[in-house]
Amino acid sequence: MNNVRLLSVENLNVEFSTSDGVVHAVNDVSFSVHSGKTLGIVGESGSGKSVTASSILKLNTGITASTSGSILFNGKNILGVDDKAIRAIRGSEIAMIFQDPLSALNPYYTIGSQIIEAYKVHHKGVKKKEARKIALEMLHRVGIPNPEARIDEYPHQFSGGMRQRIVIATALINSPKLLIADEPTTALDVTVQAQILDLMKDIQRENGMAIILITHDLGVVAETCDDVAVMYGGRIVEKASVQELFVTPTHPYSFGLLGAVRSLDNSARGELQTIAGSPPSLLNLPSGCSFLPRCSYADASRQQCASFVPPLQNVLPTNSLSACHLRAEALNVLKIKEPS
Amino acid sequence: MSAKVGTPLFYSPLSYLRIALITFIARRLLFALVLLAAVSLFTYLLFALLPTDPAALTCGKNCKPELIEANRVRLGYDKPIHEQYFQFVKGIFTGRTYGTGDIAFTCPAPSLGYSFNQHECVSSLIGKTFPVTAFLSLGAFILWMLLGVGTGTLAALHRGKWQDRLTSVITSIGVSLPTFYVGLLVLFSVVIWLQWLPFPHYASPSENLHDFLTAMILPWITLAVLSAASYTRITRNGVLEAMNEDFVRFGVAKGLKNRTVIRKYVLRAALIPIVTIAGLDFAALLGGAIVTESVFSLPGMGRLAIRSVTDSDLPVLVGTTLVAAVFIVMANTIVDIIYGILDPRVRLK
Repeated sequence: MNNVRLLSVENLNVEFSTSDGVVHAVNDVSFSVHSGKTLGIVGESGSGKSVTASSILKLNTGITASTSGSILFNGKNILGVDDKAIRAIRGSEIAMIFQDPLSALNPYYTIGSQIIEAYKVHHKGVKKKEARKIALEMLHRVGIPNPEARIDEYPHQFSGGMRQRIVIATALINSPKLLIADEPTTALDVTVQAQILDLMKDIQRENGMAIILITHDLGVVAETCDDVAVMYGGRIVEKASVQELFVTPTHPYSFGLLGAVRSLDNSARGELQTIAGSPPSLLNLPSGCSFLPRCSYADASRQQCASFVPPLQNVLPTNSLSACHLRAEALNVLKIKEPS
Repeated sequence: MSAKVGTPLFYSPLSYLRIALITFIARRLLFALVLLAAVSLFTYLLFALLPTDPAALTCGKNCKPELIEANRVRLGYDKPIHEQYFQFVKGIFTGRTYGTGDIAFTCPAPSLGYSFNQHECVSSLIGKTFPVTAFLSLGAFILWMLLGVGTGTLAALHRGKWQDRLTSVITSIGVSLPTFYVGLLVLFSVVIWLQWLPFPHYASPSENLHDFLTAMILPWITLAVLSAASYTRITRNGVLEAMNEDFVRFGVAKGLKNRTVIRKYVLRAALIPIVTIAGLDFAALLGGAIVTESVFSLPGMGRLAIRSVTDSDLPVLVGTTLVAAVFIVMANTIVDIIYGILDPRVRLK
């Protein structure tokens, strides 16, 4: 079941019209996800990663959002289907979980009724008792102790970690082929984070679903992902396997991100590396490479960087794709230089 | 799924959640009783605090002192204030007899005193006027809730479009107009200028339904339109706020229909603050819609209260105040209980 291309996103653009102008949240983004694999989408706040994820379920439905490109899921173009068809996909073939488990559950209904609701919406005609049994099994599977006693409790009676387990149980009740997890562990304690990630990986191993994991935490990426897409200013700037990203990053922004990670190896070197400056406003993106103002490598190529948006290109000898005007050899040399 | 569900699927309907709800309701009711006792005491203190002598008000200007004293004894105003209060409270439960022998008369329970101006038991005065106020309040309440919650939801769902803008213009006007102005405007335009309706002449619905409706329709509309304006705003904001909640997005991501999401997720969250305000507003109306009743000449409790103030009719004043207070306290309690049912986080704290 592995290595079937389940989802492929091509040339996705998402814009929001606001009173200040058009926000180009996602620009020309392409990636694909294979069954049984986990794709990490990494980036700072406002890099467009959550909007990209929401597009896959057509959740950016405000009057101000406009989406173009194509999102093929199992050969079907999601952007072309009508409301009814997308509802049939939501929660059944593609499930999504959100950042804050404390607010993702409806506080006015018991957790049981919410899981049962998620099951019954895609299994019309199933008896409530049957659905309840399935919900109990799922709660048991995600590690809620004593689910029979707790299924009729309300969300606020559970801890954050338990609530994220319940959210996962709700999302996975229909055995979706793809799970989109939008920063699923950001709001949790570090120890609980590891448990939740382990849980997701375990379930993936059992049922072979694909996962898109959106995060700003490179530790989480290293832990769980097979492939990574690094987003900056609404674009993918680097696509690589997780090993290659960490060993041979090919984009200056990726260097910067890795430099900003505190690990046991680099802690001895004193201060944490940061990337100077702040991410660009998606309202008026610079004409060339949007990372240029913060890039400490673009010397000789500065003219080119300022004029043209760099396309994603393979950087030999790696298998990575990088959107940078710097030549591959130069990148490999520069990688050794400490970012200033 | 390799789950092992060992225990049978058994769950008691009377789980501890329900027990928690019952104790929650009992606690609220007890608190309401204590509050009412306190309110009745403070209201009755009017008799002691006002500079007027209640006995002197029982007869006209040229009253003989002997008659005043006789009335004082007959109505119990010669006793110390705490004893008067005790008699008053006792009267609520057992009824009360004033004077002795041939001139004795009785106000049956629940007695709230005797109006020496109108020569009638206060409870029967309230009994006559309350249905008018109740019909007025209930009709207006239903109208304004439908109107307010309906347009508020509509405006929120069409945020930024013309429906929303139109609503916002109308509600801005609605919230800034006073009742007497709108009341008179409606009365003059519909009854006097357009002559679509006869001049309102109140009759009870069992007596003459046509008169009842023609007398009620304008006050209903006046009250409803004005209150609906603020409810529209509250609903719109509540719905917009709720639509940004993560759990609403999660509901959509589950594949639920838009209508289901709005009903079970958005409105459920948005309506909770509205229940609180609606309960209190409705109760305040039940205590007498003074301005509306005056403008439309409806013989309701509001007009009774106003008349008791201008006539210094103390027993009626105390009676109507107390009844209004009972409604407020009751509404508060009911709102608390409904709140506890609607929001599980409240009852379990």
